[in-house]
Amino acid sequence: MNNISRIVVCDGNEAAAWGVKLSRPDVVAVYPITPQSSLVEYLSKFIADGELDAELMNVEGEHSVLSALQGACLAGARTYTATSGPGLAFMFEPYVRTPGLRLPMVASLVNRDMLSPQCVWGGQQDVMTVRDAGWIHMFCESAQEVLDTVIMAYRIAEHPEVMLPVNVNHDGNYLSYGVSRVEIPSQPVVDAFLGDKNVNWHAALDPDRPMAVDPLTGGADAEGAARFVAYRQSLCRGMQNALEVITDVHAAWRCASGRAFAPLVEEYRLEDAEIALVTIGSMSGAAKDAVDAARAAGIAAGVIRIKTFRPFPVEAVARAAGKVRALGVVDRAVSYGWNCGPVCQEVQGALYRTGRAIPVLSFIGGLAGADLTGAHFTRAIEATRQALATPPEALAPAPVWLNARDEGVLR
Amino acid sequence: MLDTPVLTAQDFKSDIKPIWCPGCGDYSVLTALAKACAELARPRESIALISGIGCSSRLPAYTSVYGFHGLHGRALALAAGVKLARPDLTVIAAGGDGDGLSIGGNHFLHACRRNVDMTYILMDNQVYGMTKGQASPTTAPDWCESKLTPEGTGISPVAPLLLALAAGVNFFARGFAGNPNDLARLIVAGINHPGFSIIHVLSPCVTFRAEQRAWKQAVHASDAAAPATLQTEALTRFAADDGFTTGILFAGSKPPFMPPRHAVRTAADFERDYEIACKSDSPSIGVSHLSAGPGRRGVTLPKSAIDLFNNATA
Ligand SMILES: Cc1ncc(C[n+]2csc(CCOP(=O)(O)OP(=O)(O)O)c2C)c(N)n1
Ligand code: SF4
Ligand SMILES: [Mg+2]
Repeated sequence: MNNISRIVVCDGNEAAAWGVKLSRPDVVAVYPITPQSSLVEYLSKFIADGELDAELMNVEGEHSVLSALQGACLAGARTYTATSGPGLAFMFEPYVRTPGLRLPMVASLVNRDMLSPQCVWGGQQDVMTVRDAGWIHMFCESAQEVLDTVIMAYRIAEHPEVMLPVNVNHDGNYLSYGVSRVEIPSQPVVDAFLGDKNVNWHAALDPDRPMAVDPLTGGADAEGAARFVAYRQSLCRGMQNALEVITDVHAAWRCASGRAFAPLVEEYRLEDAEIALVTIGSMSGAAKDAVDAARAAGIAAGVIRIKTFRPFPVEAVARAAGKVRALGVVDRAVSYGWNCGPVCQEVQGALYRTGRAIPVLSFIGGLAGADLTGAHFTRAIEATRQALATPPEALAPAPVWLNARDEGVLR
Repeated sequence: MLDTPVLTAQDFKSDIKPIWCPGCGDYSVLTALAKACAELARPRESIALISGIGCSSRLPAYTSVYGFHGLHGRALALAAGVKLARPDLTVIAAGGDGDGLSIGGNHFLHACRRNVDMTYILMDNQVYGMTKGQASPTTAPDWCESKLTPEGTGISPVAPLLLALAAGVNFFARGFAGNPNDLARLIVAGINHPGFSIIHVLSPCVTFRAEQRAWKQAVHASDAAAPATLQTEALTRFAADDGFTTGILFAGSKPPFMPPRHAVRTAADFERDYEIACKSDSPSIGVSHLSAGPGRRGVTLPKSAIDLFNNATA
């Protein structure tokens, strides 16, 4: 088929680099960090080999990375960067300004657990810590989905009704270094899909319309605050518009590439399911295997995989959750103070829409790169089934820790 | 006199086995540091070793003094905090060229300016070793072995010596990991010198910069009779330095940073002011002049205290 230029076996970092190369960014800025480093090294090879015409800035830290890209984006460039864990933390100051500036950047987060304790391994605490900064967040399950989502991300970010930065998340270690078969779309397909570059029509350097971007919005008087609120409201509108745009873009990509991915929430074997596991990212494959095994043993289980986490697809999650009688939510991060995982906390929020208080269990695992195996999900299915018989208010108000010292014991 | 046991260099190493590559220069830095600590004959608990992130920054785990493995680039800021809270400790910061000159470059400048009494061991291998071989600020512009910059960085490297001198460093020595005895001597001298001292160590990364094994032939001891003692003299002397001159290159005499110490005001002070104000005809020395914010002696008076005094004179 001519919408595929070639088929390769590669890891998620290389797949991301292919997606970026095909999207033709103008400026890439980086500072290396585990497990992102090889991703940008693939990109620099594309540039050195003359396959990608972009400026690569090798700067002195992540704070400068995103600052340099803000400059590039304000000047009308399509940009890209990637980072992980502590790198994202160091990027925080320009990171929180990017959505408010409505800069349609795309950046990969190769998810890594947060310090302290010191740790260079996978986990999603990095992204969960910035979930309310105003960036769009999508989570991938496979290397192919990483590649395709990076391309789709540019179209979503640059959509006039959205104009927000997008983080494409892929799990450090499992996706960054795990290799699989990947179809590389052909360049004309991607060019046609992304259309003409019109990255920053609202604030680009324009000789006919010189302007100072982001001066002080006003004093703490009523007018200053009201103008500030107007910006916040418009950002919220962009986020809400993104739900539909993300759905449309996935449909368009399906036509262009021949590959289909659920845009917001993937429902796996949910028809007639009694219980479902809610998953996010690369763990979903093992969860689906465990569900297949459970089904074979006569247990009616399914999986609800969150693809888009910001904007949070409240309706889609509520719809999926409405099909089952209990949920087990598996997180690779902690929501401190809620004593559960962040995805679990948000799913419970969405459940409110259904008007049904079904039992929800929080499982926290895969921290510090620990492997979430089929056996973990099998036990999670079992525990969630037991919860069916328990009234929600009688459930232990604590998460079940997977990969913990006492992991044999599920409370 | 207290009967303190004599500690050997070995006593300053922990029982954690380093995971550096065989042949890495950082092993010798550890040896030299342990030797220097033994020579200084200070108890282990009187020394704090603070690092950033990088292969070199693993150093604290391998010693038996207080250690902290900090954030990438922030060792100097953190170490200064330790020293200000516990001036009695011997504070040592350590880290790589990426940690100290790239992501943490701003702290390098301000640590030189501020001159807190501590010692910085800068382990320079002209590469980011830990993230698998990218160019650092000390890498030559035409080094093409990094996958991130396969055509070289094309930008001029930083000379830590000149940078430090320009920023007002008080002591700068350069050593070579291949000569740990000499390096130990430099570390001792740096610790003993008041103020901020830098020990710039040429510490080869044998994995990503195998050619650095030839540094053994490149290093040469300074031929000056004595270290430069004036900033201008040092800048002239080392303007064309090849980066391989070893020894104590600069020893200045700026006084170490002392946080301004304000006298703490006691109740008696306030009472005295109150008395003066009541007796005085002249409002110029009266408490009617008290206002919120730091006063002459840097004491911030709470609003309630000011009201009390001002009402009293009214
Ligand atoms: C904020 C942040 N960005 C990036 C990294 C990844 N990182 C870890 S060590 C390092 C560079 C290390 O180089 P250097 O300081 O020269 O130490 P060496 O390994 O060469 O001894 C980088 C980029 C990190 N840990 N934190
Ligand atoms: S990579 Fe280089 S700096 Fe790091 S331990 Fe190995 S030799 Fe030393
Ligand atoms: Mg280094």
